[in-house]
Amino acid sequence: MNPYTIHPARIVERRPDAQHIFTFRMRFVDPEVQSAYRFQPGQFNMLYVFGVGEVPISISSDPADLDGFDHTVRIVGRVTGLLDHAERGDVLGLRGPYGSPWPLDAIAGNDVVVVTGGLGCAPVTGAIEYMIRRRASYGRLTIVHGVKTPKDLLYRERFDRWKRTPDTRVLLTVDQPDKTWHYHVGVPLDLFDAIELDPARTAVLMCGPEIMMKLAIRRLVAAGIAPEAIYLSLERNMRCGVGHCGHCQLGGKFVCKDGPILPYPAVRRWFGAAGF
Amino acid sequence: MSAAPASRPRVAVFKLASCDGCQVVFLNLEERLLALAGRVEIAHFLEASSQVQPGPYDVSFVEGSVTSARDVERLLAIRRSSRVLVTIGACATAGGIQALRNWADVEEMARAVYPRPEWIEALSTSTPIAEHVKVDFEISGCPIDGAELVQFVTQLLAGATPRLAEHDVCLDCKRLGRVCVVVTRGLPCLGPVTRSGCGALCPSMRRDCYGCFGPCAGAEPRALAHRYRTMGIPPDELARRFRGITGALGPFRETADGLGPDAHHPR
Amino acid sequence: MPTRFLDRSLLAALVEALLRRGRTVYGPVSADGAIGFDEIHDVTELACALRDVQEPGRYRIEADPGGATFGVANGPSGLKRLFLAPSESVLAVARGVGTFHVEDRAAQPEPIAVLGARPCDLAALAIQDRVLLGGRYPEPRYGARRRDAFLVAVNCTRAASTCFCASLGDGPEVTAPHDVALTELATGFVAHASSARGRVLLDELGAREASAAEQAEERAALARCAYDQCRSLEPAGLADALYANLDHPRWDEVAERCVACGNCTMVCPTCFCQTTSDHLSLDGERAERTRSWDSCFTPDHGYVHGKNYRPHTREKYRQWLTHKLAGWVEQFGRSGCVGCGRCITWCPAAIDLTEEAAALRVAPRDA
Repeated sequence: MNPYTIHPARIVERRPDAQHIFTFRMRFVDPEVQSAYRFQPGQFNMLYVFGVGEVPISISSDPADLDGFDHTVRIVGRVTGLLDHAERGDVLGLRGPYGSPWPLDAIAGNDVVVVTGGLGCAPVTGAIEYMIRRRASYGRLTIVHGVKTPKDLLYRERFDRWKRTPDTRVLLTVDQPDKTWHYHVGVPLDLFDAIELDPARTAVLMCGPEIMMKLAIRRLVAAGIAPEAIYLSLERNMRCGVGHCGHCQLGGKFVCKDGPILPYPAVRRWFGAAGF
Repeated sequence: MSAAPASRPRVAVFKLASCDGCQVVFLNLEERLLALAGRVEIAHFLEASSQVQPGPYDVSFVEGSVTSARDVERLLAIRRSSRVLVTIGACATAGGIQALRNWADVEEMARAVYPRPEWIEALSTSTPIAEHVKVDFEISGCPIDGAELVQFVTQLLAGATPRLAEHDVCLDCKRLGRVCVVVTRGLPCLGPVTRSGCGALCPSMRRDCYGCFGPCAGAEPRALAHRYRTMGIPPDELARRFRGITGALGPFRETADGLGPDAHHPR
Repeated sequence: MPTRFLDRSLLAALVEALLRRGRTVYGPVSADGAIGFDEIHDVTELACALRDVQEPGRYRIEADPGGATFGVANGPSGLKRLFLAPSESVLAVARGVGTFHVEDRAAQPEPIAVLGARPCDLAALAIQDRVLLGGRYPEPRYGARRRDAFLVAVNCTRAASTCFCASLGDGPEVTAPHDVALTELATGFVAHASSARGRVLLDELGAREASAAEQAEERAALARCAYDQCRSLEPAGLADALYANLDHPRWDEVAERCVACGNCTMVCPTCFCQTTSDHLSLDGERAERTRSWDSCFTPDHGYVHGKNYRPHTREKYRQWLTHKLAGWVEQFGRSGCVGCGRCITWCPAAIDLTEEAAALRVAPRDA
């Protein structure tokens, strides 16, 4: 099989989430491809814009939803710049899913703390939905999410819904508040004091800027959480998605196939080191 | 995403101080130029047709460097009438071979060459377009590469930011299976610091690259010059090499200037 | 099967036998001042009676007074380009009504044979097999070319000054999979078959059994070649030492000399980094995707979402060296270096990987 083969997939819905951030609801043009397609939360697809290029985008929808899947895209580069103009009905190329998922079975029975910053909430939403649907299988669920300004907050409706779920806390914070903001102000780290941690039975799922993750890890480990219980979703230059092109390496790991989800000790050596 | 905008984008081609070679690359596209002409309106291209349409233009390609006060005025007018301004070739992107004057006395040269030097109105330097107006894209080369030009235009038509090669000539050389002329013949090839785009043309002919596509991204010309000095290449020869076709650009200029007083005056 | 001996005259028959099998035969051929693997049609096209003089940043070919057929240790290009094409189309897409049509670009390779593959080349090929075929998504074009290739190794009886395979255990006698291995002596070639089809080939050539003296001469020649190697790389403990020294001042020092051209990665027989580029037809209706060799020295390699993680030469060089000598161990179970010395010879800045590794494995305070 050619690992570079793409399948046409149609945009069935486009939702604006925040400034320069959109969620595309996608469905494969070929119904057989769609019905055979399965993914696990945390994995990503390569999205192809005709004749222009590809970008790795995590899948942000619920894995139980077999009718289609969501990609939340931030408009920053050459390919995503074109997605800015993509509309409902347009066809993109798609291959995947690639990479490692969140360890949702392995952490069952534990309290779970989700720490995300900025667009980092997208790769974790599928995992949160998964746990919410199996609420009894997990302990206390705490979702800590920070953004720069209230305008950058996406999935408001989801956060509201999750908050109403039993034994689930949602802690939102912004760096620069405006008049509409009635949650916390500061970085996600500031909220850690408000979380009741049972270090022996807590798993942490984390995704966001590396500096945020680095500081959060330090704090969590100091609080007694085992480094092995901290899982990171990493972002590197995933180009081929299958471990051949070498672009996504972080030290001895290929983020595309060993990651993007990795336990912290697997990358501790290089994590946050300039140049890796 | 629709394939192409409903109305064809208006394209113009202008020239300042240059040899016209890059405009000839447009003409040498032949059938490909005709196919392009179906997707864009070529509104101003004197090398191809004396029928010119006034601006504004969606995309203007500018060949040539700034060598006179009049060039500056024309350039400002071009910039005002262009939505996207693209410089093409070593003259426009780097000042060109005529930037050799930047290290010489232009008045003295005019006296030596022309019977009536007072009729010559020229600035003392030849400078790249980007030193005078905002440039959106730069296509390097002496001349530019036709295939790169075509991909540039098709990407632009697709609404994408065109991606131009940033890597050095060595990568192309090795992909093509060419044998290195530095290592086997001791030639001071500029391939290791020069932007790709020519298809490693000179090394493919067993000669050394003279840098006509200008410095590549992340180039280390100073380290290369140091190495060539230890191989016994005289500093004045090296300085001439770096001051060739794209020598007015920062990294090459500084490298040549750093080669010491021996290297100061080109012969 | 006993060790065989091929008289010199039988080399021509060996080439013919490979051609008779319908294979395109590649062997070391002299061109443009170096040797490289190119197609041969008979034995006379091989680069005979030549030898190489290699040192950092320098390569010359000269007459071999001994007149050996395989006198040149190696050239700028290993076997990589025969299997992992330097540039090839991997996908073609055409716009259709309301969708687009995808056409795979599968390889339809012709069967090949390689004559004169060096032990380091074959060790590198075995490593590339792990990279490109060992995972969940085997690379089909590489796999198609690789699967059936007939490999005739030639053990090394002469080392270039840049060779250090012995320290890594990848030569001078072949260890990686192959079909037939030859060792050149003054009178002919000691021949070993290591596959069924290799044995068939030697039988077909009527190769006689090697004498005890010939076998002893072979052992002595291989031992001498290992002994002659003046460079070495000690793989044990190297990965940990390099990772412990990520801020070693030597990285800054080597970055002063490195020109960031990427030649080391291009000539490296195990380097596998690739890039893709997309092209549109002039009418915008057809698109093509090309996969090409890439290098961790390109500005694009360290790009992540609007940011370059490795903007400086220091970080690029560190990525190359730590990946080759350390990351590889974790990824593929062994060093990414086979000791061919190409990165030393073909570096226009004459940087010596063994020298850098030796300096970098010593903690700065002890240096």
